[in-house]
Amino acid sequence: MSSVSEDPDTGIPPAEVPDLPPPHAHGFWSRWVFSQDAKYIALQYSGTAIAIGLVALVLSWLIRMQLGFPGVFDFISAEAYYQFITMHGMIMVVYLLTAIFLGGFGNYLIPLMVGARDMVFPFVNMLSFWVYFLAVVVLAASFFAPGGPTGAGWTLYPPQAILSGTPGGTQWGIVLMLVSLILFIIGFTMGGLNYAVTVLQARTRGMTLMRMPLTIWGIFTATVMALLAFPALFVASVMMLFDRLLGTSFFMPALVEMGEQLSYGGGSPIVFQHLFWFFGHPEVYIVALPAFGIVSDLIAVHARKNIFGYRMMVWAIVIIGALSFIVWAHHMYVSGMHPYFGFFFATTTLIIAVPTALKVYNWILTLWRGDIHLTLPMLFALGFIVTFLNGGLTGLFLGNVVVDVPLSDTMFVVAHFHMVMGVAPIMVIYGAIYHWFPLISGRMLSHRLGLIHFWVTFIGAYAIFFPMHYVGLVGVPRRYPDISASFVPDSVATLNAFITVAALTVGAAQMLFLFNVAWSLARGRKAGHNPWRAASLEWQTPEVPPRHGNWGDELPVVYRWAYDYSVPGAPRDYIAQDDPGHRASWSHVP
Amino acid sequence: MSIVLGFVALVAVIALTWLWRQGVAERPWLETGAVTRSPSPGGQPTGRTGLGVFLIVAGGLFALAGSAVTMRMGYADWFEMRLPRVVWAGTALLALSSLALQAAVFAARRGDGPGLASWIGAGAASMAAFLLAQGLAWARMAETGQGLAATPGASFFYLISGLHGLHILGGLVALARVATRLRRGPGAAAPAVALCTIYWHFLLIVWIAMLAILTGWASDAAALCRAILS
Amino acid sequence: MIVAACLVLIVLFSVAFHLVSPWWWTPIASNWGYIDTTLVITFWITGAVFTAVVLFMAWCVFRYRHKPGRVAHYEPESKRLEIWLTALTALGVAAMLAPGLVVWNRFITVPDDATEIEVVAQQWFWSYRLPGADGQLGSSDVTWISADNPLGLNPHDRFGADDVVIDGGDLHLPIGKPVKVLLRSVDVLHDFYVPEFRAKMDMVPGMVTYFWFTPTRTGEFEVLCAELCGTGHGYMRGYVLIDEEAEYEAWLGEQLTFAGLPAGKEVQVANTAEPIGGSDP
Repeated sequence: MSSVSEDPDTGIPPAEVPDLPPPHAHGFWSRWVFSQDAKYIALQYSGTAIAIGLVALVLSWLIRMQLGFPGVFDFISAEAYYQFITMHGMIMVVYLLTAIFLGGFGNYLIPLMVGARDMVFPFVNMLSFWVYFLAVVVLAASFFAPGGPTGAGWTLYPPQAILSGTPGGTQWGIVLMLVSLILFIIGFTMGGLNYAVTVLQARTRGMTLMRMPLTIWGIFTATVMALLAFPALFVASVMMLFDRLLGTSFFMPALVEMGEQLSYGGGSPIVFQHLFWFFGHPEVYIVALPAFGIVSDLIAVHARKNIFGYRMMVWAIVIIGALSFIVWAHHMYVSGMHPYFGFFFATTTLIIAVPTALKVYNWILTLWRGDIHLTLPMLFALGFIVTFLNGGLTGLFLGNVVVDVPLSDTMFVVAHFHMVMGVAPIMVIYGAIYHWFPLISGRMLSHRLGLIHFWVTFIGAYAIFFPMHYVGLVGVPRRYPDISASFVPDSVATLNAFITVAALTVGAAQMLFLFNVAWSLARGRKAGHNPWRAASLEWQTPEVPPRHGNWGDELPVVYRWAYDYSVPGAPRDYIAQDDPGHRASWSHVP
Repeated sequence: MSIVLGFVALVAVIALTWLWRQGVAERPWLETGAVTRSPSPGGQPTGRTGLGVFLIVAGGLFALAGSAVTMRMGYADWFEMRLPRVVWAGTALLALSSLALQAAVFAARRGDGPGLASWIGAGAASMAAFLLAQGLAWARMAETGQGLAATPGASFFYLISGLHGLHILGGLVALARVATRLRRGPGAAAPAVALCTIYWHFLLIVWIAMLAILTGWASDAAALCRAILS
Repeated sequence: MIVAACLVLIVLFSVAFHLVSPWWWTPIASNWGYIDTTLVITFWITGAVFTAVVLFMAWCVFRYRHKPGRVAHYEPESKRLEIWLTALTALGVAAMLAPGLVVWNRFITVPDDATEIEVVAQQWFWSYRLPGADGQLGSSDVTWISADNPLGLNPHDRFGADDVVIDGGDLHLPIGKPVKVLLRSVDVLHDFYVPEFRAKMDMVPGMVTYFWFTPTRTGEFEVLCAELCGTGHGYMRGYVLIDEEAEYEAWLGEQLTFAGLPAGKEVQVANTAEPIGGSDP
C-alpha cells in the first residue's frame, strides 16, 4: 500500500474550513420563496425548469402534428411553425437542460456530496434563482407580445433574426428573447460562481478531488466551461440587440430586404456564428458532462461495483471539457468560412470521440461482472447508454467535414442532436430523479408506474429518432413545415406520421411521471435511511431528508473514495465515505 | 477568435497545473483515512477564490469582445478610430484610482486607519471622475460624427466601454460596502480592500487592452513581432 | 431477462431497418460519389461499434443480473484494457477521418477548367447569372440593386454586359462540365441545396461563397434552401436542369443578357471605361 494515511483516531488535523452555521430559515417566505438554502433553491430551479419544459413539450407536439399530418391542422401556419421550433429548441437547451443540471442537481448535490453545509455565497445563490426566474418570465412573455415569439431558429442567426421576413424579427419577439438570454447568463454566472467555488473551497476534511463522486466532477467541469462559454452568448446577444435597436452594424452587412435598401453596412453574419458556436458547442458538453457524471454514479450504485477506471473517467471529463473549446466551427462547415478550417475542426472533433468512447466502455465494464439490480435508475442508465451511443456515433458523420456537407441542415442533424443531447440527458435526469427522490422527499417513487414510464419513454424515443436519421438521409431539410419535394418518396410521409404518433405517446407518458411524483410525495412508500445502500456522502446525513445545514452538529470526515462497493473482506457490500473502518484489517485487499 | 483562444489556453494551463498538484494521478481506492498526500481543500480565503473565478468570467467576456473586434476589423469598412483627448485624461484617472487603492492596501497592512480611509476615498473619487470623463468622451464623439451607429470602431468603443463602465459601477458598490466596515478598524477591512484592489487593477488592464485593440496598436505590435521573427 | 432481450431487439431492429427499409439517399447526379463512399465507410464502422457495444451490454445485463448471493467482482481499473480500447477507438476514428480529409481536399480544390456561374438568393426565390461570351462574370454589389437591376450588377463594368441573367426561371447546365458555383445573397443567409448533387454551401450577404461539382446525369433536380431564411424558407424552391450540350446551347441562346435589361443599357456607353471593382469574386 502506498498510502501515507494517518490513523483516523489519532491524527485528524484541524478543519481548514471554518464550520459556520448558515443563516437560519425562519418562516414560509425565507424558506420557500427567498430561500438561501441550496436544497430549496435546487427545488425552485428544477420546478421552474420543468414548468417551462412542459411548454416546450407541448410545442414539440405541435411541431410533430404539422410534420406528421401537414395541412390537417390549419392553425399551424409557417410562421407559427418557426416560432414553435425556435422556442422549443431554446427552452430545451438553455432553460430546461442547463438550468436543471446545474441549477437543480448542482445546487442539491454539490454541498451534500462534498460535505458542506451550503453553498459558499448563499445570498448570491438566491439572487441567481430569481434572475433565472425573471429570464423565464421574459421568455414566456414573448408568447403574448405583439407579433409573438421569435421564429429565427434557436441559433438566432442574423441577419434574418432581426428582419421583417422572420416572425418577431422587427417586433418584440427577438428583443425579448435576447433580453431573456442576457438575464439567464447573469443569473447563471451568479450560480456558477457558487458551484465552482463551493467545490474548490468548501469540501469537508478528507474530501480530496480524487475522492469526489463523478457527479461532482461532471457538474464542476461543466460549470467552469459554462462560465467561460456563456459570455460568448452574452456578447453576441448584446451586439445583436444593438443592431436591432440602435442601428449598429456588428453583424449586418449592406443588404436589400424585399427590394428596399436598408441602412446597415459592413458587418458580418459569420462573426455572430463564431461567437454563437463558441458558446453553443461547449453548451452541448455543459449538458452532457453532468449527465456523464450522474450516470456513472447510478451505474456504480445499482451494479454494486466501483465505477470502472475512475481515474480515466475523471481525466476524460477534463479532457473533453478542454477540447470542446476548439471544435466549435464544426457547426459551420457549410457556413462559408475559410475552407481550410475544415481540416482542423474535423480533426479536433473526431479526436474528442476517443475520450467519449472510453467513457462508454467504462460504463459497460462497470456492468461486467457486477451485481446488477434492475432498479428504475439502472434502467434509465441503460437507456442512456443506448441512446447516447447511438447519438454519439452519428456525431462522427457530422463531425467529419465532408460527410457533413450533404447531411448538414437535414433531418439527420435533428435526429442526431435529439438523440445525443435531448433523449440521452433526459434519460439521466429521470434516472437521477428516481435515484434521489427518496433523499429529497423521504419516500420512494412508485416502481410500477416508473416501469411503464421508462419503457414507453425509452422505446418510444428510440422509435422517434432512429428512423428520423433516414428521413434526413433521403435529403429532407430541417426547419421545413412541409417536406414534400420531388425527390421525397411518398413513403416518407407515412414514416413521418408514425414518428408523430410515437412522439405524442412519449409525451403522454411524461404526464404519468408527473402523476407519479405527485402521488408518491403524498402516498409513496417510506424510503428510510439510504434505501439504495449508496456509499457517497449525500446519503450519510444525520436526517433524511437532510435538514437545514445538512450535517447536524459536526461536519463529516471523509476516509475513502465514493466507490467502495463489494470490497473483498468488508462486512457489507458498500462502505460509506465517512466510515473510518480499517482497510488494513481486511484480507486480500489488492 | 485568437484573443479568446489565448485566454482559454491560459485558463486551461492554470487549471491543469492546479489539478496536477491536487493529485489527479493518484489511485484513490488505495488510500484510506482522513489525511492523504493531496492537499486538503480551503487553502486560501473563499473571497479570494470567488474573485479569481469571477475575474476569469469577466476576463473571458472582454476577451470575446476583443475577438469580435479583431474579426470585424477584417471587413472592408473598418477604419481606425479617432478618440477624443478626454479619453486619455480618463485613462490617467483610472490609473490613479488603481494606485490609490494599492496605497490603501499598504495603509491597511501598516494598520493606518485614517490613511486607509483617505486612500479609499481618493480611489473612489478618481474612479467616479473616470466615469465622468468617459461620459464626456461619449458626448464628444457623438458631436464629432462618431455616433453609435456611425462607424464600426465607434460602435465597439461604446459597447466595450459601456460594459467596462457597468463593471466599474459594480466595483464602486462593493467598495462602498467595504468602506462601511472601516469603523471596525483597518484589520477588519484589509482583506476586502485587497480584493477590491485586485479588481481595480483588472479594470485598468481591460481598459488598456481595449484601447490597444481599438486604436490598432495591438495589430501594429503583432505585425512588428512577426516582422522581427521572420 | 426482458431488459437484455429488449437490448438485443433494439440492435436487430436497427440493423434490419438500415438494411431493409426503403429510405436511402437520392441517386447521385454529380461527381461527389466520394462523399457517399466516405459515408458508407462511416456507416460500417459506427454500425459495428453500436452492435458490438449494445450486444455486450445485453449479455452483461443477462449474465450479471442480481440473484441472491451474487457478489460483484472488485476491480478498480485495468490499464491494459483501457489502453487497448483507446488504441482501437483511435484506429477506427482515423479510418473515418483520413478518407474524409482527402475528399474534403478535393472538395475545396476547384479544377482550373471549371465554368463560373452565379446563384443569387433572396427572400424567397433563386436567380442565376451565367458568364456571356467573354467567359467572365461582371462585378456586382447590393447597392446597385433596383427594380430594373434585380441582381445588383455593376452597370459600368464591361464584363457584365454579356452576362446572362435568369431572374425567376430555372437554371440549365451542360452535363459533364465542371462548374464552380459562386453563391451570393442579397438579404439573409440561404443555402443552395440540391440533394442529388451532395455538395452545398451557405450564401452569406456581404460575401461570395462557392462550391464546385460536375453534373453526371441529365434530368430535372429540385433546388431547396437549406439555411433558415424566414417565413418562406420551406417554399423557396426551384429547378436545375442538366442538359446534353446541344440542348443546353439552344436554351442559352434564348436567354436575355444584362445589356438587354433596362438597367444594362448604360453598359454600352461605358464599354470602353476601365472595369470598376465592386465585390467581384
